[in-house]
Amino acid sequence: MIKARVTVTLKNGVLDPQGKAIEGALGALGFDGIGLVRQGKVFDLQLETADKAQAEADLKAMCEKLLANTVIENYSISLA
Amino acid sequence: MKSAVVQLPGLNRDRDMIAALTKISGSAPVTVWQTETEIPDVDLIVIPGGFSYGDYLRCGAIAARMPVMQAIKARAEQGVRVLGVCNGFQILVEAGLLPGALMRNASLKFVCREVKLEVVNSDTAFTRAYAKGQVIRSPVAHHDGNYFADAETLKAVEGNGQVVFRYAEGTNPNGSVNDIAGIINAKGNVLGMMPHPENLIESAHGGADGRGLFASALDVIAA
Repeated sequence: MIKARVTVTLKNGVLDPQGKAIEGALGALGFDGIGLVRQGKVFDLQLETADKAQAEADLKAMCEKLLANTVIENYSISLA
Repeated sequence: MKSAVVQLPGLNRDRDMIAALTKISGSAPVTVWQTETEIPDVDLIVIPGGFSYGDYLRCGAIAARMPVMQAIKARAEQGVRVLGVCNGFQILVEAGLLPGALMRNASLKFVCREVKLEVVNSDTAFTRAYAKGQVIRSPVAHHDGNYFADAETLKAVEGNGQVVFRYAEGTNPNGSVNDIAGIINAKGNVLGMMPHPENLIESAHGGADGRGLFASALDVIAA
């Protein structure tokens, strides 16, 4: 079994109202000097295979087809 | 003309859409469940609003991968008219039938109110009943209607006359780029819009500004 983590983040230049709101809330809590907050998503997956190359190929397809909207989001894949 | 309304778990504006189509065309639309791989022979397919799959992952993302969407894509390629309203619009962009993306409202708030829409392009199968530049009323009710497209896509969409509706008179409720409220595909047979024209079609609604859209799409006006 392979454990994988997929991280999905907004592309540069895409407005992130949620990140902005979190940035504001952190400021209100007294955390000064925050330049920028961008919100993203993390997916932890367990794949029933031992073939790392196959797992990476499958995960890339999963990202392209569902996990990320590549119009607005980037993704990265890491295997444990 | 015959129409079909697509149904998915979590969509909740299907009954309003069925009522509007029935009243305006004179016959009830067929309903098509998400797992169906064939769509009956109709002239207009409508994906109504709601919260398909609880808006999980991204609004419309899971619905856009259901079998019925392959059937809709095939029909759209044949030239059948497809209308997506609200969640239906989100599903169409997630399915790649329309360019761009719909993101969280800039205010972060769910908006449920009336807006003004400018008919930017009246030369489409969906807007022939309106005049170019006409401003109509329409309700909106959504949390993720903030239209976004990269600069290149936006330029193409604007240049090709694919922007069909813009929020007018300062009523942009969600931060959409260029006040975009509704866009059509390059071929001119797939329209997506965040506002709900089906909720303003008769005097009981307090107005009938949305009726022209269905009258156009269903060919119940003189061409």
